[in-house]
Amino acid sequence: MNVLVAMSGGVDSSVAAALLVEAGHAVTGVTMKLWGGESDTGCCSVSDVDDARRVADRLGIDHHTFAFADDFTARVVEPYAADHAAGRTPNPCIECNRHLKFDRLLARADTLGFDAVATGHHARVSQRGDGTRRVGRGVDAAKDQSYVLHMLDQAQLARVVFPVGGHTKAEVRALAAGRGLRTATKADSQDVCFITSGTGGRGRFLDGRVPLTPGRVVDGRGRQVGRVDAVELVTLGQRRGLGVGGGAAPRYVVDVDPVAATVTVGGVDDLQVDSQRVAAVAWADTPVSGPALVQTSAHGSAAPAVLRVDGDARPGTDVTVQWERPQRRVAPGQSIVFYDGAEVLGGGLAF
Amino acid sequence: MSAPAAYLDHAATAPMRPEAIEAMLPFLAGTFANPSGSHAGARAARRAVDDAREDLADVLGCRPGEVVFTSGGTEADNQAVTGALARRPAGSVAVATAVEHHAVLTPVEAAGGRIVAVDGGGVVDLEALAAALDADVVVASVMLANNEVGVVQPLDDVAALVRERAPLAVLHTDAVAAFPWVDVATEAAAADLVSVSAHKFGGPKGVGALVVRDGVDLAPLLLGGGQERDRRSGTHNVAGIVGMAAAARATADTRADTVARIGACRDQLVEGLLAAVPGAVETGVTGVAPDRTHKVAGNAHLCFADVESEELLFLLDREGVWASAASACASGALVASHVLAAMGVSPRLARGSLRLSLGWSTHDAEVQAALEAVPAAVARVRRR
Repeated sequence: MNVLVAMSGGVDSSVAAALLVEAGHAVTGVTMKLWGGESDTGCCSVSDVDDARRVADRLGIDHHTFAFADDFTARVVEPYAADHAAGRTPNPCIECNRHLKFDRLLARADTLGFDAVATGHHARVSQRGDGTRRVGRGVDAAKDQSYVLHMLDQAQLARVVFPVGGHTKAEVRALAAGRGLRTATKADSQDVCFITSGTGGRGRFLDGRVPLTPGRVVDGRGRQVGRVDAVELVTLGQRRGLGVGGGAAPRYVVDVDPVAATVTVGGVDDLQVDSQRVAAVAWADTPVSGPALVQTSAHGSAAPAVLRVDGDARPGTDVTVQWERPQRRVAPGQSIVFYDGAEVLGGGLAF
Repeated sequence: MSAPAAYLDHAATAPMRPEAIEAMLPFLAGTFANPSGSHAGARAARRAVDDAREDLADVLGCRPGEVVFTSGGTEADNQAVTGALARRPAGSVAVATAVEHHAVLTPVEAAGGRIVAVDGGGVVDLEALAAALDADVVVASVMLANNEVGVVQPLDDVAALVRERAPLAVLHTDAVAAFPWVDVATEAAAADLVSVSAHKFGGPKGVGALVVRDGVDLAPLLLGGGQERDRRSGTHNVAGIVGMAAAARATADTRADTVARIGACRDQLVEGLLAAVPGAVETGVTGVAPDRTHKVAGNAHLCFADVESEELLFLLDREGVWASAASACASGALVASHVLAAMGVSPRLARGSLRLSLGWSTHDAEVQAALEAVPAAVARVRRR
């Protein structure tokens, strides 16, 4: 198979490339240059590209760099800022997977004659008896990334490969070390790649890109109990940084209204809900109603629920998740992913 | 890596000329001494540097004492801009065209300089230049030929304007891209400062020169041992300097023939591609200079709508056709061309740019290989 491996300069994609080479595939490495930004640090920095290129050299494969910064800005960074401005809590890694890795890169791979695109994600692709495919959880439960890959459809799943999904992270590092790859002990990437502590964090990044509005913090009866510097940086369920500490019971954000510049706090019970609506749902195959496991954060655990596909059973339609037991309400903009056992059925955005 | 079927990236770097390699070998294997010393070995090395300086001065049409050896074109360009500003009072201004190499543009922009527009053909807008020149301007930098699209600037007209409107200014010309094709001795005679780089004309990488005409007061970038008459400190790159001079001599001696032969190859290549690829657009042939005679002979630059250069170059590479598009950044990713933007080329076309640059070693089979590979690759990557 002629495979294009997306090499970020990290250990997982380094080992992914190595395993494909050893399996006898024709492998080409590519690093997507997604973000220049003010300082060339963080993800896809020059040093990350250097790491990817030197690993490719070590493996004896070609390495290329694709400049996708225009799409990354338009489809990941700008929506990220706009979501914050609207009081939502976006997950840019998922949008990057959706629009960059498994759309633009996959399309380019097609054009250039590759049979498949591989990444270093901790996930697996399984094939069912009816021939359809699903994203499955990686072997290492703590590193499983099936959640951020929930948007892959049948056409995409037929052309993606996740070579490290069958290994634990410790095994991946050992495989890298055993092959003398320079990324063997490199730290895992953290958080949002285009925002680094060196550039001042999220507030500094958003300042100037979106209006940051000082706001009131009120309780359930509308009484002001604190202030925040920027309503746009507050997330549903947040507990710290609200200036309302010291009370008897911990208080959580239960509502964010950027238009009224108001954050409402309440007790933990105020966050519990029986059901959760999900918008912009992408299905692995056909829409599925009925019992499922539902995961609401990248490293959270899945909880049992019943899915109800609202309206016509078309891709993109809304889903209502009826929890078996009440669950914490999910911040709007966060991804909610449906599983059948360890296989992804689909997922969308908390509404 | 195997040898390419067609090496069409001479504007990035040219293969070494045999004359240069031969001239350098004694200074890599034998005469290794530092030319600033006093013993016999040093004197031999010094003689080689002095011979090279005289050779290069002859080719560049200047006196030997006006040649300052540098580490390459970037250093020469930087020193021209930064060195001229450093010797003048605060408030002094640098001027450059929008299509200069970044080795000029970046220091000019860093100093808050004035950037002058070009027309659709890439030729400096003389009215805009006139408007940018005044008594505050201490350095004006206008390249002799552009490295991306090959357009030659009217340097004599530029010089006349600079002398008239900015009498205190020195005129710098970046002749790095022009040297293989243009007699710099005559065409850059009006400039006070002239940059060249050895590896663009068959010499080694890491060596170049800045011509500093007598009487021009220029601050050094590198301070130290005071080599090059205090204009550029650092131990001489003896082998590199010798190789550069040999390559310069070989280039100058064969230039007329090369321009005629390669110009014909280039015309055949461009016309073949324009005929074979629907919607292909040749760059640098509109505006006040509406024909290819205003471009250096080795430059073929085309744009293809609805094509991404990265994909095109990838497929050409697979076919053994080595070419380039705009300049690449440190990570190797392509960046949008400031030259095409300045020329008003639409982003839709600029995204699909292709530079095929020919040079002294180019032969007809390479042109034929490109004529076969490019139309097929464009057809494959084009988005309909």
